Amino acid sequence: MSSSEAKVVAIGQARTGRSEPPRQDPPEKLYEARRAVHNKRIDGPFRRFKWFVMFVTLTIYYVTPWIRWDRGPYAPNQAVLVDLAHRRFYMFGIEIWPQEFYFVAGLLIMAGIGLFLVTSAVGRAWCGYSCPQTVWTDVFQHVDRFVDGDRNARMKLDAAPWTWGKVMRRAFKWTIYVVIGFWTGGAWIMYFADAPTLVHDFWRGEAAPVAYITVVVLTLTTVTLGGFMREQVCVYMCPWPRIQSAMMDEKSLTVTYKDWRGEPRGSLKKAQRNPDQFGDCVDCLQCVAVCPTGIDIRNGPQIGCITCALCIDACDRTMAEIGRPRGLIDYITLEDAKREAAGEPARPAWKALLRPRTIAYFMLWGGIGLGLLFLLGARNHVAISAAPDRNPPFMLMSDGSIRNAYTLKLRNMVSQPRGMTIAIDGLSGAVMWTDSIGRDQAARSQTVTVPADETSTVRAYVVAPNATPQQDFAFTVRTTGKQPESARVETLFTTPGGER
Amino acid sequence: MANKHVDQLTGTQTVGHEWDGIEELDTPLPRWWLWTFYLTIVFAIGYVIAYPALPMLNRATEGELGWTSRGQLAKDMKAAEQSRTALREQLAQIPIEQLPDHPDLMQQAVAGGAAAFKVNCVQCHGSGGGGVVGHYPNLNDDDWLWGGDLKAIQTTITHGIRQPGDDATRNSAMPPFEGMFTAAELDALAQHVQALSHKAPDSAAGAKLFAENCAICHGANGGGDRQVGAPRLNDAIWLYGGSRAAIEKQVVKPHMGVMPAWDKKLDPVTIKMLAAYVHSLGGGEDFAPEQQQPAATVDDVQQ
Ligand code: SF4
Ligand code: SF4
Repeated sequence: MSSSEAKVVAIGQARTGRSEPPRQDPPEKLYEARRAVHNKRIDGPFRRFKWFVMFVTLTIYYVTPWIRWDRGPYAPNQAVLVDLAHRRFYMFGIEIWPQEFYFVAGLLIMAGIGLFLVTSAVGRAWCGYSCPQTVWTDVFQHVDRFVDGDRNARMKLDAAPWTWGKVMRRAFKWTIYVVIGFWTGGAWIMYFADAPTLVHDFWRGEAAPVAYITVVVLTLTTVTLGGFMREQVCVYMCPWPRIQSAMMDEKSLTVTYKDWRGEPRGSLKKAQRNPDQFGDCVDCLQCVAVCPTGIDIRNGPQIGCITCALCIDACDRTMAEIGRPRGLIDYITLEDAKREAAGEPARPAWKALLRPRTIAYFMLWGGIGLGLLFLLGARNHVAISAAPDRNPPFMLMSDGSIRNAYTLKLRNMVSQPRGMTIAIDGLSGAVMWTDSIGRDQAARSQTVTVPADETSTVRAYVVAPNATPQQDFAFTVRTTGKQPESARVETLFTTPGGER
Repeated sequence: MANKHVDQLTGTQTVGHEWDGIEELDTPLPRWWLWTFYLTIVFAIGYVIAYPALPMLNRATEGELGWTSRGQLAKDMKAAEQSRTALREQLAQIPIEQLPDHPDLMQQAVAGGAAAFKVNCVQCHGSGGGGVVGHYPNLNDDDWLWGGDLKAIQTTITHGIRQPGDDATRNSAMPPFEGMFTAAELDALAQHVQALSHKAPDSAAGAKLFAENCAICHGANGGGDRQVGAPRLNDAIWLYGGSRAAIEKQVVKPHMGVMPAWDKKLDPVTIKMLAAYVHSLGGGEDFAPEQQQPAATVDDVQQ
C-alpha cells in the first residue's frame, strides 16, 4: 500500500459525521441516499463573522421594502420598488425606466466582475458567507439545533424510532421551517408593491393572485432547498462552484489543511507516547463535526467545501487546547502552501489580496461603477420619438397644401407633470396641430402637458404649403418651467413629388 | 462483476473507459435526483393522457380533458365579447353629437371603429383610408362631398351613396353632357374648371359655358354644394382626376360612385364607431351650422 492509499483507508474508517459506508467492496447501487449532516456548534472569529454577514444580509432583505422615500404626490413613496405594472424601478433617489435597462445590465455586470474579484482573491467567499442558499441553510441548521439539540443529540434522535415524542418534535421543527419559508416569500413580494398596503391586502385576501402564488412557491422552495436539500444544492445543483473553480488560481486564498504539518495524524495519547512520530493533527474530528456540508477538509480541496472557515475555528480551538500553534487548517494560497511545505516561513494572508489580477478586476469594476454614476448624473428626463404615418404617407389638402401625420411619444421622466413645447425645426412655412389642439390654432409649436412619470402619445399633423419639396426636419421638445430640458428627433416630410 | 474497474482512491466503481488517462467514476446518483426523474416520467405520461399530444394521421389524440387550443380561443373570444357589452350599451345610448364631450368613450369608439374599418371598409378606401384617385374618396383630407362632421359621416355610412330603395341615401346625379358641346367648347370649359383652382389660365368662353350649365350645382365660383353633393371644383382635390382629359371625360360621361348602405349589414353602434374613426383620421370637421359656409378658395388659404 502506498502512503496515499493508507491515508484514504484511514479516512474511510474514521468516524466521520456522515457515517461513511465501508468502501472496500463497492456494491452496485443505482442511487445513493443522502447522509444527513449534523454540524456541531462552534464559536470563533470566522463563525462570528458569519453571524455578522447573516445579520446584515437578512436585515437588508427584510427591512429594505419598509424604508419610505418621499417622491411627492405623483410617485410611490417606497424607497426600493420594482413597479412591474408601470414598468418603473425605484431605488432611493434613482428612477429607472425600461429603456434605461442598461443601468440594471451595468449593475449585473458589476455583480459578475465583483464575483470574479472576490473569487480570485479569496476563493468561494461568496459561497461561504453571503450566498442566500448558505445563509438560509445556516438559519435552518440553527433551528435544528434549537429544537433537537446539538450534534450528538440530533444524531441520536435521527436514529431513534418514530415515537410520539419524535413526531411532535419533527412537526414542531417543520412548522418553524414553514414559518421561515413564509417570511422569506412574504418579504420578497414587498419589493413589488407598496409594502404596508400589500400586507394589509394580503391578510384580507384582497391582494393580487400573483402575490399569493409567489409566496406559496417561495415558501415551498425555501423549505425544500434550505430545510431539506441544503448542501446538496451546493454540490449537485449549483453551477457556480464549477465556474468558480475556473476563476481561482494558485494565488487565491482558500481553506486548506496543511498536511505537511498535520500528517501523520494520531490521537493525543499516541502522540505523547511516541513524540516526533506524529504531526499536529490529533484526529479529534472537530473540523468534520462543524462542517455545514459534512466533508472532511483533510482530504484536500473539494467541491463540497464552501470555504466558510468554520473548520478553521474548530481546529484552532483544538490546537489551543493542546498547546500547539493555530492554523493547521487555514486560509492559504496553493502557492504559499507549496512554499510552506518546503519549509519556508508563512506569508501573511492579506498579501494574497494585492496582486495584478485582483487589482485589474477592481479597476474594471470601479470603472463600470463610475461610468454608471456618470450616466446617471447626465441623463435627460425628457425624450421624444416620432413615427411618421406611412399609410397614406402624405395628404393633399383642399387648398393644395400637404399634410403629414406623425405619432409622437413624449416621455416625462420626473414625478411632476410638465408642460412640453413641441416645435418644428426646419421645414419652412409649415405649421402643426395635434389631436387635442385643433387646426384653427395651428402654429410652429404647440404646448401639451405630460403627466408625471408617463409617456404621452400625441398625434401631430404638420401641414406645409403647396409645392414644398420632400425633406428632413426635426421635432424639438422643450419642457416649460424651471430647469428646462430639451430633446430632438429627426424625421421626414413626405410629398407627392417623392424624391427631393 | 469483476473488481478490476474499481478506483483505488475513492473505492468507487469506474465506468470502464479511459480518455487520455482520465477515468470516469460511476458514482451513484442522489436519491432525490432519481425520484425527480421518475416524477417527470409520471408527469409526462399523465400529460399525454390528459392533453392532445400524439400525432395521428389527421390530427393529434384528443386527450381526456377534452382541451383544445381552438376551444380555448372560442372561450377567450366569448369573454372578450362580454367585456365589450357595457361599452356598446353606453355607445348605443349616447347621441353621436354628444360623443366629443366624452373623451374616454370617444377613444374607445375610435378604437372599435378602426377594427370595423379594417374588416368592412379597406377594400375600397384602403387600409389607411387614403382612397384611390378616380375611384374611391380619400377619407383623411378636408374635402367632404356630403359633410365631414360626425353626424354627416354617420348618415353617409348608414344609408350609403346612391342606394336604390333607401330614401335617406346620399343621392346626386350629374347629367351627362355627351353631345352637348363641341370639342373646342369642351376644352374651354375644362380649362375654366382647372382655372378655378389655378391650374391654368382662364378661358372666357369656358367661363360662360360654366355659368350657363354648371354653376347651378357647383356654384358660380365652383364652391360646390354639400346639400346636393356637388363637389367643390375650386380646391386642389379631384375625386376623378384633375387633368384636362379627366375633367372632360367627367363632363361628357360622369362617373358616379356608389357605397353600400351599411345599416343593412352593421348594427348602429358599429356604425357610430366607424363614424368616430373616420372623423379621427385627420379631416373631421366640427358640427357645422346648418347653413353652408362660403367655400374657401386656394387663394384664401394660401395668403
Ligand atoms: S471544509 Fe471547512 S471551510 Fe469547507 S465547508 Fe467544511 S467547514 Fe467550511
Ligand atoms: S480539527 Fe484539527 S486536529 Fe482535529 S481532526 Fe481536524 S485537522 Fe485534525
